[in-house]
Amino acid sequence: MKIGLVVNPVAGLGGAVGLKGTDGPETVAEALRRGAVAQAGPRTRRAFARLADRVPGAAITVAPGAQGADWLAGLDLSVTIVPLPAPTGSAQDTRGAVLALRQCDLIVFAGGDGTARDVAATRADRAGLLGIPCGVKMHSGVFAVSPEAAGAALADLVANPDSLRWDDTCEIMDIDEDILRAGRLVPRLYGLARVPRLRARIQAAKGGPRQDAQAALAGAAAEIARQMQPGTLYLIGPGTSAGAVMQAAGHRPTLLGTDALLNGRVLARDAGSKDLESLAQDRPVKIILGVTGRQGFLLGRGNQTISDRLIAQAGRDGLIVLATAEKLDALAQPVLWVDTGDPALDAALSGFVQVHTGQRQRRMMRIGAAA
Amino acid sequence: MTRLPTFHAAKWDEPLVMELGRPGGRGQLFPAPEPEVTDAIGDNPVPAAMQRKDRPVLPEITEFEAQRHYLHLSQMTLGMMGVSLFGTCTMKYNSKTSEFATWRPQIAEVHPYQHPDTLQGVLEIIHDFDGILQSLSGMDQFVFQPGGGADAAYTMTAVARAYWADKGQLGQRTEMVTSIQAHPCNPATAAAAGFTVINLPLEENGYPSLEALKAALSERTALIMLNNPDDMGIYNPEIREWVQAAKDVGALCFYDHANFNGVMGKLSARELGFDACMFMLHKTFGAPKAGGGPAVGAFGCSAELAPYMPAPVVVKQGDRYALDDDRPKSCGKIREFWGNVPQVVKAYAWARAMGAEGIQMASDISVVANNYMDHRLAQLPGIARSNPDVTARRMEMTRWSLAPLHEETGIGTVEIANRMADYGIDPWWMSHEPWIVPQPFTPEAGELWSKEDIDLWIDVLAQIMQEARDNPELVRTAPHNQPIAQVKGDAFEDPSQWAMTWRAYQRKRDQAQAKGAA
Repeated sequence: MKIGLVVNPVAGLGGAVGLKGTDGPETVAEALRRGAVAQAGPRTRRAFARLADRVPGAAITVAPGAQGADWLAGLDLSVTIVPLPAPTGSAQDTRGAVLALRQCDLIVFAGGDGTARDVAATRADRAGLLGIPCGVKMHSGVFAVSPEAAGAALADLVANPDSLRWDDTCEIMDIDEDILRAGRLVPRLYGLARVPRLRARIQAAKGGPRQDAQAALAGAAAEIARQMQPGTLYLIGPGTSAGAVMQAAGHRPTLLGTDALLNGRVLARDAGSKDLESLAQDRPVKIILGVTGRQGFLLGRGNQTISDRLIAQAGRDGLIVLATAEKLDALAQPVLWVDTGDPALDAALSGFVQVHTGQRQRRMMRIGAAA
Repeated sequence: MTRLPTFHAAKWDEPLVMELGRPGGRGQLFPAPEPEVTDAIGDNPVPAAMQRKDRPVLPEITEFEAQRHYLHLSQMTLGMMGVSLFGTCTMKYNSKTSEFATWRPQIAEVHPYQHPDTLQGVLEIIHDFDGILQSLSGMDQFVFQPGGGADAAYTMTAVARAYWADKGQLGQRTEMVTSIQAHPCNPATAAAAGFTVINLPLEENGYPSLEALKAALSERTALIMLNNPDDMGIYNPEIREWVQAAKDVGALCFYDHANFNGVMGKLSARELGFDACMFMLHKTFGAPKAGGGPAVGAFGCSAELAPYMPAPVVVKQGDRYALDDDRPKSCGKIREFWGNVPQVVKAYAWARAMGAEGIQMASDISVVANNYMDHRLAQLPGIARSNPDVTARRMEMTRWSLAPLHEETGIGTVEIANRMADYGIDPWWMSHEPWIVPQPFTPEAGELWSKEDIDLWIDVLAQIMQEARDNPELVRTAPHNQPIAQVKGDAFEDPSQWAMTWRAYQRKRDQAQAKGAA
């Protein structure tokens, strides 16, 4: 397996000086002016020091200079540097480096959500991603919990490549920083990436039936589709989990947007909140939602087309949530977060919801207000 | 530190028993029938229509060779007599006295189709052991049909189905509520019986919240299935409120007593409000569980549920014991006849030998032993206790995590379990699915184990953790001192690589050879 590394050396600069992110050269300059110290390089070194400890001489292909090679100097690793033009200080640097690393099976990147977006947009389709958490915003599911955990996961993969299993449904999310600095959190789902499944919570093969997460999800989706009531408008949120219900109902899902179903027919695809609200007039509405990986967001991350009005109309009992047991087990906290922008609505949604984890299988999950 | 054992298992290049011996090899040579016999019934007493045309394919070896073969096989195991702190399984000594008791003709040579008048002894043992379990649980009736703990859980779901059908509410009572930390047999058996399974997550205290339970309960709830303490060793102090909440919506309550050792003699399922419970005789009650052998899940319930139990039930009529098969509301058979009766006899012998005071003391010792273990394990860098924020003492076992060592060295729970066998220590129990705790292991130091045994076990673990830091490859490639190295789990997923019969083995071997030649 060929592993590549790209570092966004300015990732995380904005956080310590209150800038909520570091997208764009002007913000970088402002952060440096306020005295910010770059985090990504030293954190990259922490991750790779762990890899070098565990698997001395491991082969890594890296971008030159501050985009990679500088941070590995002196570590017991076999480093190959790909040539790149001098950095410009913009997102183009990351994109250029990922293009130069296109032969790699796994691209390790150091940065935040913005970097994850750039890497995901440029990577070869078969390439997996693993993020060393360095950014201010980290809503995407591609990040390890710490630099050391990223290094340990790499060491596992290098030492035992046969154990590698991919997960192709990891959310890449980002927030528009200008709007965030104005006080509002509006993250978007930018796409799905391939990530290595980390072994710590997965048992080695020992015989017996193996749980098939996708089959369980399809079973849950089929049950939900079967129980749909005539005359009720079903809004199907973004992501593969909610999309499975569209598939179970015989339709192609819009993975990055919201669809609407009535009496088994698609009324709208990838619709905006105004269209959805007009469809929901004078009829009961239910909302089918997935959960974002690791963070556990139910509402307010990537599905803002489902407006407060629609959520209030559906109520907590009108939320139909599905997620695999594996995804729920891997959440940082056993809570599904809602952040609709309306504290009163968030409070009204707080409580418990039954998450469909398979055919005739549910998990109670606590809904909490994120704000 | 204890002196660590230098150990190496025997390794025999042992053929299959079918490949041993020679044509005509026999263990026993039977005399030809006497003339008086042949005169009376002819040369061959088997009617022609019932005679087989071919000869059975059986091993042709002497009795001595058979003994030697199985001795060799047994030498390549750890023998189930080592230090095995195999959590959730409550490893106990299986006394030879009770083993011999079951070899007596009154057990070994009886058949359930005999008239009960000729089975009074074994029926009395079953009846009296039922009484012992009643006094430990507060239930009104036990049956021993289920062939294990999961079978007893299934019995509960079958009883619940029969109960709700009899009340005319089976169409409404469609849901079973359990905790994610309950044994997976609870959701699995409820699903097999047709119920929708609702799992409660663990929250901050290490057990699910009462609030989550109340949110899950409704007039659709048929039953709840719980174990307590759970496999983390945490006792849920709100258990009475849990049962009450379920009662408030009319649901049945089942106590999975898999983890009974730390509370036996201390609490009664009935006093806590449960309608039914189960005990594993092959764990808590000292009957053998060796290698997945015959087991018994003793299922007990209240008088209200008793009509729905599997039949027959052993009853006392005057001074005679009888089998009550006339139970029209029964859920039916869970297993043939009365279950694994020799195991019931062994559990009865254990309970009589222990007495009520002995059972109480064993429970105390198991909790003290685990807390001693917790204290020593907490001093080993590289492991972490599950639910570290829970300050209450754990009961008879504790789930631990090797996540810190795994992150540091890449050596996790599977590798360490393999390496323990190199020291003659039985590999540990990790965790039921799902692995809520990463890189889990779950030791249980019940009343059998001496302080020396527990210290040895911990010292071996400490030694292997040091090896993981100094020479991880040694641990990763373990075991080295065992007859076979690592088992490749993937083989279990490929039917061409395993066989359950000699005939299947031959067929698959020939297919593999043909494929190799092609």
